[in-house]
Amino acid sequence: MASYAHPETVVSTAWVAEHGNDPKVRVVEVDVNTAAHGEGHVPGALAWAWNTQLCDTVRRDILSQQQFEALMSQSGIAPDTTIVLYGDNNNWFAAWAFWQAKIYGHKDIRMMDGGRKKWLEEQRELSTEKPSYPASTYKVAALDLGLRIFLPAVQAASSAVSAALVDVRSPQEFTGEILAPPGLPETCQRGGHIPGARSIPWSKACNDDGTFKSFEDLKAIYASEGVDGSKPVITYCRIGERSSHSWFVLKYLLGMDSVTSYDGSWTEWGNLVGVPVERGVAKPAAKA
Amino acid sequence: MKPEEYSEQTLEVDGWPLRLISYKLVGVFHCTADNVSPGARLARTTGATREEAEEKAVARARELLSRTRLNPIP
Repeated sequence: MASYAHPETVVSTAWVAEHGNDPKVRVVEVDVNTAAHGEGHVPGALAWAWNTQLCDTVRRDILSQQQFEALMSQSGIAPDTTIVLYGDNNNWFAAWAFWQAKIYGHKDIRMMDGGRKKWLEEQRELSTEKPSYPASTYKVAALDLGLRIFLPAVQAASSAVSAALVDVRSPQEFTGEILAPPGLPETCQRGGHIPGARSIPWSKACNDDGTFKSFEDLKAIYASEGVDGSKPVITYCRIGERSSHSWFVLKYLLGMDSVTSYDGSWTEWGNLVGVPVERGVAKPAAKA
Repeated sequence: MKPEEYSEQTLEVDGWPLRLISYKLVGVFHCTADNVSPGARLARTTGATREEAEEKAVARARELLSRTRLNPIP
């Protein structure tokens, strides 16, 4: 992990086994499968449900500052707590939590490399005890709203070709052949991608064991599509979670300065009236 | 407790890739079926044997995958 731009944001399963119960460390599991934590989890790990605790459940939005502060307080987390996130499916939704915590300025937050899968494969201890920690009074000190981008800015960037747009969905979603991942409800009216976007599926960033690929491999993957950090980068997917994973990789592992996640993503763009849509495969990338 | 016999395999179901992850916990096999890309969960089952848990997961996943529509692209 030493070669990453911000190696302090990734910890190994061995580190978690050793430090997971330190008083200043709080381990939190965030899964696609929200029932997984109940089957067994890293001892002492809390669970945050992506669909009820990491979003506004009334309007379509991420947590408000007040909701974020409430979640941290309920979890016994203070501004100086080291939060370690992990989850199933290559830390997909753990990255969504990471992104929101960074928007609300939490300083020390890390991902457990390999996530739940690696922990299980290594046959490490699991617990079914529901952990409980004394509540804290968490106050956000500083926001970093520059990590998120909204539709008007994405439209401007697409029109002006002023940013590298990274579509992290599957190739079939990118081309428009399918409107949603197989087996899931279709949540858009049109298929395709934002004009100018490059197709770099999020899971390309991970090895078979769920760990992140090396700095060199990641750099090569993005460079092959012309994404080298020379322009601001915008990641997007269908609803904003997969894009958080690629956002994390680009910003913290590769160290690109200007990376934003467009969480409106294809469910917003693909439902708009009159916006341009490209279909089919992208043209070959210009050399990075 | 510790997970045992962790297994991951990818099959094709009605033309779609399907990943089955299963392991044993305290004598019970737990299985999750997902759609590989992006890995969204389609089914979660348990069984006394791995085969039983996986069969149930494949059946439920097949039902959901069959609803996926393909659109012609240029």
